[in-house]
Amino acid sequence: MAETLVRWARVAGRGMIGLRLDLGDAALTGTVREAAGLAVPAPRRIEAEGDRRLAWMSPDELLLFLPVAEVPATLEALTTGFGDRFALAVDLSDARALFRLEGPGAREVLAKAAPVDLHPDAFGKGDFRRTRLGQVAAAFGQVAEAPEAFELVCFRSLAAHMTAWLETASAPGTLPGALVRG
Amino acid sequence: MPRRLPGRGRLIDRARPVPFRWNGRAFTGVAGDTLASALLANGEALMGRSFKYHRPRGAVASGFEEPNALAAIGAGASAAPNTRATTQPLDAGLEAASQNHWPSLELDVGELNAFAAPLFPAGFYYKTFIHPRRAWKHLFEPVIRNAAGLGRAPEGPDPDRYEYFYATYDVLVAGGGVSGLAAALAAAGSGARVLVVEQSGWWGGRAATDGVIVDGRPAADWVADAVARLTDLPNATLRLNAQAAGVYDHGYALVSERIARPAAASGLRERLWRVRARRIVTATGAIERPLAFAGNDRPGVMLAGAVRDYLDLWGVACGDRTVLATNNDDGYRTALALKAAGLEVPAVLDARDAPSGPLVEAARAAGIPIRAGMGVMRALGRMKVTGVEIGRVDGDGRAEDRIDCDCVAMSGGWSPVVHLWSHCGGKLVWDEADAMFRPDPDRPPLDGAGEGFVIPAGTAAGRLRAADAMDDAHAAGLRAVDGTDAAPPEAEAEAEGPMRPLWTSPAKMPPKLAAKAFLDFQNDVKVADVQLAAREGYESVEHAKRYTTLGMATDQGKTSNIAGLAILAEARGAAIPEVGTTTFRPPYTPLTLGALAGEARGPLFKPTRRTAMDGWHDRHGAHWEPVADWRRPYAYPREGESVKDAVTREIEAVRGGVGMMDASTLGKLLVKGPDAGKFLDLLYTNMMSTLKPGKCRYGLMCTEQGFLFDDGVTARLSEDAFLVHTTTGGADRVHAWMEEWLQTEWWDLKVHVANLTEQYAQIAVAGPKARDVLEKLGGMAVDGQALPFLGWTEGALAGIPARVYRISFSGELSFELAVSAGRGLEMWEAVAKAGAEFGITPYGTEAMHVLRAEKGFIMIGDETDGTVTPLDLGLGWAVSKKKADFIGKRGMERSDLTRPDRLRLVGLETEDPSVVIPDGAHALEDLKEDGRARTAGHVTSTYWSPTLGRSIAMALLERGPERMGETVRMSDGAGAPIPAKIVSPVFFDPEGERQNG
Repeated sequence: MAETLVRWARVAGRGMIGLRLDLGDAALTGTVREAAGLAVPAPRRIEAEGDRRLAWMSPDELLLFLPVAEVPATLEALTTGFGDRFALAVDLSDARALFRLEGPGAREVLAKAAPVDLHPDAFGKGDFRRTRLGQVAAAFGQVAEAPEAFELVCFRSLAAHMTAWLETASAPGTLPGALVRG
Repeated sequence: MPRRLPGRGRLIDRARPVPFRWNGRAFTGVAGDTLASALLANGEALMGRSFKYHRPRGAVASGFEEPNALAAIGAGASAAPNTRATTQPLDAGLEAASQNHWPSLELDVGELNAFAAPLFPAGFYYKTFIHPRRAWKHLFEPVIRNAAGLGRAPEGPDPDRYEYFYATYDVLVAGGGVSGLAAALAAAGSGARVLVVEQSGWWGGRAATDGVIVDGRPAADWVADAVARLTDLPNATLRLNAQAAGVYDHGYALVSERIARPAAASGLRERLWRVRARRIVTATGAIERPLAFAGNDRPGVMLAGAVRDYLDLWGVACGDRTVLATNNDDGYRTALALKAAGLEVPAVLDARDAPSGPLVEAARAAGIPIRAGMGVMRALGRMKVTGVEIGRVDGDGRAEDRIDCDCVAMSGGWSPVVHLWSHCGGKLVWDEADAMFRPDPDRPPLDGAGEGFVIPAGTAAGRLRAADAMDDAHAAGLRAVDGTDAAPPEAEAEAEGPMRPLWTSPAKMPPKLAAKAFLDFQNDVKVADVQLAAREGYESVEHAKRYTTLGMATDQGKTSNIAGLAILAEARGAAIPEVGTTTFRPPYTPLTLGALAGEARGPLFKPTRRTAMDGWHDRHGAHWEPVADWRRPYAYPREGESVKDAVTREIEAVRGGVGMMDASTLGKLLVKGPDAGKFLDLLYTNMMSTLKPGKCRYGLMCTEQGFLFDDGVTARLSEDAFLVHTTTGGADRVHAWMEEWLQTEWWDLKVHVANLTEQYAQIAVAGPKARDVLEKLGGMAVDGQALPFLGWTEGALAGIPARVYRISFSGELSFELAVSAGRGLEMWEAVAKAGAEFGITPYGTEAMHVLRAEKGFIMIGDETDGTVTPLDLGLGWAVSKKKADFIGKRGMERSDLTRPDRLRLVGLETEDPSVVIPDGAHALEDLKEDGRARTAGHVTSTYWSPTLGRSIAMALLERGPERMGETVRMSDGAGAPIPAKIVSPVFFDPEGERQNG
């Protein structure tokens, strides 16, 4: 049934730490790896394990997702680890809204508004894009397979818009069926 | 009379009748019909009226090139005007109506225009309506506007939905005829991701109807097999009812997909695919050209291929007695098909003197009289064709004979559909043999690597014969994937002899016939119009097009452009390739506005940013105002209170007690790193590096030109970190501005910028009792010692972690509370509760504007407009004279920015204090006797000040500050100028005592 092709919900309780640093500096990335408990992702990739994610945002920017309760300690560990080297770690937990889309139709929902090649051969688990969904800036990545799951962030102020958009875009019977068969 | 024949029609299912309504009358078609085929099956040849002369018209074609048969589909809000009846599927219960007539299709008053045709020559707009001059506006234009236009806009919001789909493929194949399918098979064989789109509702294009044999089997069988093979491939996607409408740079293409009505329970009507493809194969086929002869627009005069289509695809005979007029062999296929169906073909009029070849011989063998060198001189009849007068094509137009008929099938040869090839710059060559423009393979549109990214295939490449087309299409598919080495399907069809280039019948057309021979049916452009344009000097094809409107209707001249430019060439005595074509622009056929808008309508029309307290404001009656992409409360009118009164009440509350405002939308940029101070000194006009941690400073940012573009308060958080506040609308711009300078100019500076605008909710608490409210909240020392003016502190208020800035945009004792956005509402409600005993009043943006104006504080966007410097605004104190450099320093030193008569900021007090100067009023000077005056400046902010009980205004005025006490006359052009005295822009509390509480 079309109804079960995609499920989505806003994710609560996930904190975010914004990181700016020289990704070629082993000492700095070592600190990040240790504090995050995740490998530093390659460009346009996201590392995911449990409820932690580390996403590549730009050539000198990462975004760490983690349980909101762990934000202060992790921020502290990052700041201490960086010491007086040139790097920035800042709490962005309240700056963005996080959504999760699950199911075989999820990628087609995203492809309705993001100019991204979402064919399974081109976009799989661990792929991440900072892009737009329709008129709003957004970033998303695939964090699980079977069922496929994507996580999506946008600015907090646009959460209501994103909710309305997801409701519209995931309406039953509107998926083109070009990226998923059957 | 047109009718349905038994036993034919590839696309229809006679067992499934489909009821529909046409102009309010009930009819029945069958499943698989188009509106046009169903109307013809019901004997309705008359389908519309032409644009200019309101001549009766029927379908000329059977597909997307149709110029005449435009209908309004549906009713009310979901009506779609100007829809081609020839491509509109006959959905059950379809309601359709013809257009462009009054009172009815059969009896149309507008047809009187036809009798006045000599008054409407090419360019008649430009010639007829010149004098008297005033008549254009009051008489001609209203009348023309009323008469012009096709169809009617739907009434009410469209109930259907539309959406986009972004898709990336290695190869997009535009067209699902045998060429498209062969190209797709060749390309998909390599494993490449291939999308095949076909605009109509079936695969295979014309091949089956034209009797082509592929790989030894009838084309229909080969097509079914090819579609099955492609469907089985995981790397191929096939879409019917999907038209490649436009090709753009870098392999971008728009595909408009019509969602089948019966399956559209979701309400989805159209999907606009935004395709990115490495290669685009255009297998778009060819369009048959009409012949221009007098009366060639009469219902029943149709393209030969279309007559064949109606017979083969929908089992419809367009007439019982069809005269065929042709200049090529392909037309004979129609004559043979009609004859085989038991219909009469009284003559084939062949413009060639000695036609020969298998098709001609077959016609002879079938007993069809062939009249070589002859053509139609005039079609007879009015509401439908009743016969033709025929004569020598190379003669003077005199009729030698007359043949009764109820259908004329004409073929002037075929033109490859080169639109998609041309959209992005593909060039054309003139093909003498087939008298057509075809893609020039040496000059394709180029991709980023300088290689051609559009590959024409088959008929669309100019390979009009089936065997050639198949070879070419297969090769095109391979080229698209750099593949090699596969055997092409083999196609066979009867050999064809050379065609004769012929545009009009007779070839040299006397004026009397030229005035009745139509080229562009939809816009009623005749041979005579193009000839006239040429005589009047319109040599360029682009000029002639616009002068005559040839090819400018909704069909964009698909059936008329080539003949039109051939006639222009002849009139100019030039060769056709010398005249060239007009520009092909997307979309191929009109897209609906719904498809272009996609899902962006209603609540999704424009994203609205909402603060953490948005819901509270809404519940408390906020009157909203858009500020950048945010919505902010303008005021909070109470039950029965006007918005204006609410603003006054809110201002009085702040001045007299305490108010609270949601300031969350202000930009908040963290600037951090060892060089942060140095960086801000370069960005701001004033010094920021000397600011002490724990302190705030107001600052100005200028463009390189020296013009003010943003302002705000910066707080120094620590030795290496600053928090920069920007205007609401400036947050993203200033962030981008900082990143640009850091990334492109000052990449040696160790500074990071993070946009924290949304991380914090911010609440302004302002008024003489503001400190009382904060003390009531409790948890933080906020007295003048602990938190002096322009200081900030951190801690917890009411148990919520907060940073408190002592800054004021109202001139009152004022604090701004920043908390994590997630706790913004909680803090807001805590402030409201704590402030209740002090009468705390939420205030909106308008109260804020008035409060700041009373204090003479500038507002970016009011007092600035991109041409205003800090010095113009009396903010010289915030422009450093010590710093070696900052952005805008050099700009400000230019002579124009230092000239003494620049517009500079002053306050204005009207002589009558109750009169508020209107927004946009100018200062009038040097009034002349005739009433003209010079403007010496303009109002930038103007309000009623409840605090002062009078109107106040700020203005930018020539030499303003030097003219204190003078009276100026302010006017917005309506009403008498308002006298106002020039005063200081600081109207209230000039000593600034109140901010100390």
